[in-house]
Amino acid sequence: MPASTQTFDIRQRIGRGTLGAAAQVGRLTFFMGEAVRGLREVRIWWPRMMTEAWNIGAGSLFIVLLISAFAGAVTALQTGYQFTGSIPYYVVGTLVVSSIILELGPVLTALILAGRIGARYAAELGTMRVTEQIDALESLGRSPASHLVLPRVIAGFIMIPALTVFANLSGIIAGWLSVKAVLPVTDADFIYGAQYYYRPFDAYYSITKAFFFAGAITIISCYMGFNTKQGAEGVGKATTTAVVASSILILVLDTVLTRLLLNQ
Amino acid sequence: MIELRGVVKRFGAQVVLNGVDFEVQDGETVALLGPSGTGKSVLLKHIIGLIKPDAGRVIVDGRDVSRLTRRELSEFRQQIGYVFQNGALFDSMDVFENVRLGIVDDQKFRDHDYALERVTQVIKLVNLDPDLVMPKYPAELSGGMRKRVGIARAIAGSPKYLLYDEPTSGLDPVNADIIDGLVTRLDVELGVTSVMVTHDVRGAFRVANRLALLSEGKVVMQGTPKEFLESDHPKVKEFLERDFDNPSFAA
Repeated sequence: MPASTQTFDIRQRIGRGTLGAAAQVGRLTFFMGEAVRGLREVRIWWPRMMTEAWNIGAGSLFIVLLISAFAGAVTALQTGYQFTGSIPYYVVGTLVVSSIILELGPVLTALILAGRIGARYAAELGTMRVTEQIDALESLGRSPASHLVLPRVIAGFIMIPALTVFANLSGIIAGWLSVKAVLPVTDADFIYGAQYYYRPFDAYYSITKAFFFAGAITIISCYMGFNTKQGAEGVGKATTTAVVASSILILVLDTVLTRLLLNQ
Repeated sequence: MIELRGVVKRFGAQVVLNGVDFEVQDGETVALLGPSGTGKSVLLKHIIGLIKPDAGRVIVDGRDVSRLTRRELSEFRQQIGYVFQNGALFDSMDVFENVRLGIVDDQKFRDHDYALERVTQVIKLVNLDPDLVMPKYPAELSGGMRKRVGIARAIAGSPKYLLYDEPTSGLDPVNADIIDGLVTRLDVELGVTSVMVTHDVRGAFRVANRLALLSEGKVVMQGTPKEFLESDHPKVKEFLERDFDNPSFAA
């Protein structure tokens, strides 16, 4: 292929990609605008939001507690292994609490929920789109935003930070118990270490991150589901894209928020 | 009155509607015929504003549907009942809640006693037993029952217009006849103006006062069933030919 044709092809691809991305941003903005407009219809979204919140909370609590407990235990054991003999044992408490609260609790919880809730939201709304249920709502003069999107998004904003708090507690407790089982660390050492470098801002930071992650998971997956095309294959594609896109966004937000909130 | 003037709709490079002119007078039942994939459902969705035309105008009762604001469109849709091809029932809700959503007046929707009475009434109108079907979920219903519940939801808000998207597709002849009879009965009893998209010629001739044939993105003919039967238009003849040969249709 001549070089000029190749260059043209690359330019075309870049141009198409840019236009496609701009169109997605535009559609996402309209989608969020619709959702904000739907906030007035509290009577519609409130009861559905309560159901969704219960589904997210009760359905995800076990897996969130389990994974954060293992993460806490492994963090504690690795810290103990690396620091044995060189650094006082109470540092294990410091590291476990800081790692869990600042990073592992919110990020692991968000990644688990991106798979669990994100996939469910995208698949539910995607199926509703391809079976014309969303069109049916619109044809009845009702807002899909207040019936379908807002209950899911608001439930996520409430429950994902709440689950993060439970994940933090579970990780810290599991870390504490496991380090006690293998190292000569007393409760007093662990508590001393945990409190020594702890700042109340750390908890605020953890919840703030969880709040942003909730937005990433719920908005992206509802948007993907809402814009599903082409039948069952489209639902599968929307679900996969929702999980991948929200997971990447979680990691990007994690970096950006760390830079902004911790001034690092 | 429903009017479509020069409506054009493209999906990517594909031109689905290419300057469609189509009208429905008040009180009429018009069947929109055409082979699968010619854009009949797309045309129907233009009438209720679910799809906006790339060019041309969709006018209902003198109002251009594509120019309505969000609020106006929401109010406008309350006077139209739309029966989707596969029912489009909300699978997380039972039949009662599905049909209740069709009560478009907000106060009446919230009044549980009224809603129960109205839902019971419209379910009876579509020849279903309210006590039997109201607690069921869409997945527990047969195809014919789902279509009838879809019709019940569409009429629950006492609309002025009823739009049917392939109401008999996927049904056996007995159930298709039941739905055709139901459409005719509702038109008479409720006095609505109906547009029925179908590729079932036999059903269209039984139900409609007037027919329209959509082919290659245009309405190639509109007329009474008699005018259709007498037409020399090659597209009309080609489309009707198969059913003319069918003894049940000829009868």
